[in-house]
Amino acid sequence: MRYRIVLRRRFKTGAFFEGILPVISIFAALLFSGGALLLFGVSPLAAYRAMFRGALGSGYGLSEVIVKAIPLVISGVAVALAFRMKVWNIGAEGQIYLGALASAAAVRFLPSDSRVVMLLTMTVAAIIAGGAWGYVAGFLKSRWNVNEVITTLMLNYVGIHLADYFIYGPWRDPSSLGFPMTPPFPPSARLPLFFGTRVHLGILAAVLLVLLFRLVIRWTRWGFEIRAIGDNPRAAEYAGISYGRNVVLLMFISGAIAGLAGMTEIAGLQGRLQPGFSPGYGYTAIIVAWLARLNPWGIMMVSFFMGVLLVGGDTIQVINPLRHPRRDTYREIRGTEPGA
Amino acid sequence: MLMGAFSGFSVTYTTGDPWLGVLTAFFVGVAISAVHAFLSVSVGANQVVSGLAVTMFGTGASSLLGRKMIGLTVKGFGKVPVPFLSDIPVAGPVLFDHDPLVYISYGLVLLLLWFIFRTRHGLNLRAVGESPVVVDAMGLSAVRLRYFYTMIGGGMAAVGGAYLSLAYTKMWGEGMSAGRGWIAVALVIFAVWHPARAVLGAYLFGGVGAMQLRIQAAGTSFPTPIMMMMPYLFTILVLLVISVKKGKGILIDAPGALGVPYSREDRT
Repeated sequence: MRYRIVLRRRFKTGAFFEGILPVISIFAALLFSGGALLLFGVSPLAAYRAMFRGALGSGYGLSEVIVKAIPLVISGVAVALAFRMKVWNIGAEGQIYLGALASAAAVRFLPSDSRVVMLLTMTVAAIIAGGAWGYVAGFLKSRWNVNEVITTLMLNYVGIHLADYFIYGPWRDPSSLGFPMTPPFPPSARLPLFFGTRVHLGILAAVLLVLLFRLVIRWTRWGFEIRAIGDNPRAAEYAGISYGRNVVLLMFISGAIAGLAGMTEIAGLQGRLQPGFSPGYGYTAIIVAWLARLNPWGIMMVSFFMGVLLVGGDTIQVINPLRHPRRDTYREIRGTEPGA
Repeated sequence: MLMGAFSGFSVTYTTGDPWLGVLTAFFVGVAISAVHAFLSVSVGANQVVSGLAVTMFGTGASSLLGRKMIGLTVKGFGKVPVPFLSDIPVAGPVLFDHDPLVYISYGLVLLLLWFIFRTRHGLNLRAVGESPVVVDAMGLSAVRLRYFYTMIGGGMAAVGGAYLSLAYTKMWGEGMSAGRGWIAVALVIFAVWHPARAVLGAYLFGGVGAMQLRIQAAGTSFPTPIMMMMPYLFTILVLLVISVKKGKGILIDAPGALGVPYSREDRT
């Protein structure tokens, strides 16, 4: 009996490979960064061991990882939603700033002693402001087909400077000894913390958003439309799914979610608005979403991993001769992997 | 740009020769964009994502490597007035009283214009942008062309970065390009992929930036952060105008195969 070997092109990557790919990527990136560490005369093994021990070896480390992962999950969902429709929302960073700015404005102008009322006002403000920031790019895209990569990116800078304006200007805390920051928020404007750690209510928002993302994309009509447009915009258009309407809605919601990340970050963690309060979460979120291949559970896992890198990086900072390797080591690690 | 700015600066700082710095920057840029080329041309990764990842890598790596360089200054490029030409009233000081890199930028524009529109290689370059399939059918390697020009482009962007650290500020600062690389992307769209219009745009953008500094220096009470937004807002505005025009059927001249990965297997 003779066998014939037939090579056939697969149009979809197998499920196993799809799942294992990010792991391989991350491993390769760790290897690469290890090489970089070697160049600096640091043993990569020792550095990584210290990193993971610092992040996962204690309850405190673990709680800090979660604290860092919260804004990444939220903004990761935000950009993943847009990416699903092949809309490039690079503007999560600016949307985070707008969300934080609006919630600080809510604290300032609509103060309330009731925690529920105050937090709700802040949330709504953040959603509207972040959403508006996304809406601008979405509207320009739908109306005149303005490239959303550039507009969202430029709006990042505009948003960060806008926040700076208020922090350095009218909203500066007179008692902060010249440090640019707003006055601390009242207790009613703070998210509750859990278990005596810095883990805040944002974690609930993060988990809910992941579930919601899954639900909407998988089971709703709108989710179907998003997927249809993402897979083949022309076919979707013929099927009567409006690209313009969806892109505006999508960018608004994506921006709103990112804005929420800004709100939870300052209401949960920092308790005031400071310049540069987000160390590029909005950009990291893009890598998170992409490494997770836009999969909701993946977003959670990758965010957690990024949190490990962030917290672990803080630990090595203390023990090794590189003075501040933290941000850069993890940037390198995430930066080397485009994921597709 | 950032890696160019950093590597150019560090080489200049150690060797004292800014030209060596520029050269290094160019090759560093070539090397980095080779990674981008590999990912987007060979692997067929999404070009936006790959570009973004490479950008983030450059940002992180340059800030890590450049840490020791912060606060140092180099002599860098000084002003070299062109004899006679710089004595022309008004136009002289404006055009001919700069550092050598500025003159090179003039020359480069002319060179590129000639290269892209008047040579066979330029024709190939444009062809591979419009339709790699045709280029392949012609017996040229679309893959090789794309690699080559991606790398040259990366090298040039890195030299642009080196200009910032060697001539413009003469020092290194983390994230010193402040989004200029992205503005350059907007410029290309603004210029509808034509180098001459890109120059026009670049000077227009530069003008907005300079005006912002001037207004600030004049000591108005206008808040700095608001001024700092201007170049970015301007970018969006320009992009908007271009897109509105394009919508009316004018100026549709973007390369046909822009952003589309090419694979011989997929050819249809």
